[in-house]
Amino acid sequence: MRELTYVQAIHEAHHQLMSADPRVFLIGQGLWSPWYAGGSLENLDREFSRERVLDSPVSENAVTGMAVGAALAGMRPIVFHPRLDFLLLAMDPVINQAANWSYLFAGQASVPLVIRAVINRGGEQGAQHSQALHAMFMHVPGLKTVMPATPADAKGLLLAAVADPNPVLYIDDRWLYSQSGPVPEEIYRTPIGEAAVRRSGRDVTIVGISWMAAQALEAAEVLAGQGIEAEVIDLRSLKPWDQPRVLESVRKTRRLIVADSGWRTAGAAAEIAATIAAEGFHDLDAPVERVTLPDTPAPTSRAEEQAYYPRPRAIVEAAWRALGRRLGAAA
Amino acid sequence: MSNTSAIPSKSFTGTSEGWLLQRWQTMLRIRRAEEAIAEMSESREARCPCHLSIGQEAIPAGVCAALRPGDTIWGGHRSHGHYLAQGGSLEGLFAEVLGKTTGCAGGRGGSMHLIAPEQGISGTVPIVAGTVPLAAGAALAYKLRGESRVAVTFFGDGALEEGSVHETLNLAALYKLPMIFVCENNLYSSHLHWTERRVADNLYQAGAFHSVPGERVDGNDVEHVYAAAKHAVARARSGAGPSFLECRTFRWRGHVGASSDEDVGVRRRGELAEWLEHDPIRQAEGKLATDLAAYRAEVDQEIACALAAARRAPAPDAQRTREHVCAS
Repeated sequence: MRELTYVQAIHEAHHQLMSADPRVFLIGQGLWSPWYAGGSLENLDREFSRERVLDSPVSENAVTGMAVGAALAGMRPIVFHPRLDFLLLAMDPVINQAANWSYLFAGQASVPLVIRAVINRGGEQGAQHSQALHAMFMHVPGLKTVMPATPADAKGLLLAAVADPNPVLYIDDRWLYSQSGPVPEEIYRTPIGEAAVRRSGRDVTIVGISWMAAQALEAAEVLAGQGIEAEVIDLRSLKPWDQPRVLESVRKTRRLIVADSGWRTAGAAAEIAATIAAEGFHDLDAPVERVTLPDTPAPTSRAEEQAYYPRPRAIVEAAWRALGRRLGAAA
Repeated sequence: MSNTSAIPSKSFTGTSEGWLLQRWQTMLRIRRAEEAIAEMSESREARCPCHLSIGQEAIPAGVCAALRPGDTIWGGHRSHGHYLAQGGSLEGLFAEVLGKTTGCAGGRGGSMHLIAPEQGISGTVPIVAGTVPLAAGAALAYKLRGESRVAVTFFGDGALEEGSVHETLNLAALYKLPMIFVCENNLYSSHLHWTERRVADNLYQAGAFHSVPGERVDGNDVEHVYAAAKHAVARARSGAGPSFLECRTFRWRGHVGASSDEDVGVRRRGELAEWLEHDPIRQAEGKLATDLAAYRAEVDQEIACALAAARRAPAPDAQRTREHVCAS
């Protein structure tokens, strides 16, 4: 199969969506810029017209609300936020309106909206140009949240999100943009709510989210060199998330590490850990390990950034802890 | 009176006795329905918060008369009048307020969440200004599809204190959206008089900075409201873009519930007596030659039938609580 980078896969998904469905349009910031969206939307305005690709004023709240209204009026909008940090200015239309609409009108209307937001951190950008806030949205009923980690899912999850009759938050990570992988040319949908096993192993399960799924694969390589076979699950969807797949893996490995690029307290990793600790309590031989950001905002200077973001090494050490306890108990 | 003295006097032609009779009956239907809801709210038969628009009926009656099938309206927490003026069913409203399955939102929304998609009632929500950008998005959808449809967003004067309204005014002007901003200025945001929230009495100018033309309208004169709305609708349909109407009015009851706010310690400056003299329904009656007795009886009968049906309807089964979180 031909290979694309993650960013090329996102671009291709947009192109195919707009070609196939006149209801799809894009609105948000940076859409006419050659660099603002990291190349993921390059030239779409020229190809599909600036009426369908609206580079909007910096009015995140009203622009996102407009996308909700357009979805209710029969369109399939993708509202784009080049940085997830700025989506905080649009919490009312996302949570109060889009996520609640189906429920509070007893299913008479729903909001087929894709909110695309980008995690764009590192590079000394500081605390307001870096945040991975997916756990806040994962909290909200009626809102689906997906975070692709591979080029194939970057395309397949965007296609699935647009086809979904509900609001879907699609979060991509700029650190993944240059990763390459096989991507089918045709239109296909990665099912929302299904995790993917990226590597099989019997000793420890590592659930990775987005960028940390890629880090988990690197960690698994290191662990394999030490005789430890890790099973790596790329979660892909945060809400709904694939509990059966994770439980099935934990039944085999009896140890779980959750690696997430968000903060620790009340984070995505906490939710997964709590669920597996409850549902899989008798299958676990060690406490669930979490590899997350510390509970601090992102620092700016390079030296501090390097200490702040977890690397594969942190996952490897978590695996040692999980296994060491069992080995210690056995000895 | 002082609060409306700035309104220029206009004469309206083009509305007939029959037209005004229909608008009068719409206003009376809203009034009687809300009086029934007020009673149910006071007796606790209706338990959801009910925000009544008694005294403000001419605005929805006038604006919705200027719309045609396919147009949509979007509302807020005080939207019984919008729903009824746009053709929402009385039974659907009463049943919704009572939390019954036959309510217009299936008993899920209560008074603050009204919907009737087939009538162009797209939804009402209590987040102040919540549906203002949504209406703009619907208008954008109509424009992208080349449809000759108009979206109307109704909101109170308090909504002008929300940033999203100002963002939306700019976006609507920029994209020349077929929409109308209808500000129902009843002078109070909950318990706060406008002078406690603003320096200048100039809401009709809210759009000027964003190139959205604004007009101050006597919101208690259904013909004046209609004339202004008709002009705004024509402008929207022609592709010229959005308009802003500041409709001056006064709510007779308190912010929420049946009583005036006096009981919760809100002093309303004694304006109510003046505004009662400016009753939109009585003003319309003054212009009608028709004997209204039979038309009054018709409204009373509609209300009684709808109320009885709503009371008979079943309450939802508690088992359904998890339904409709997501559409499938």
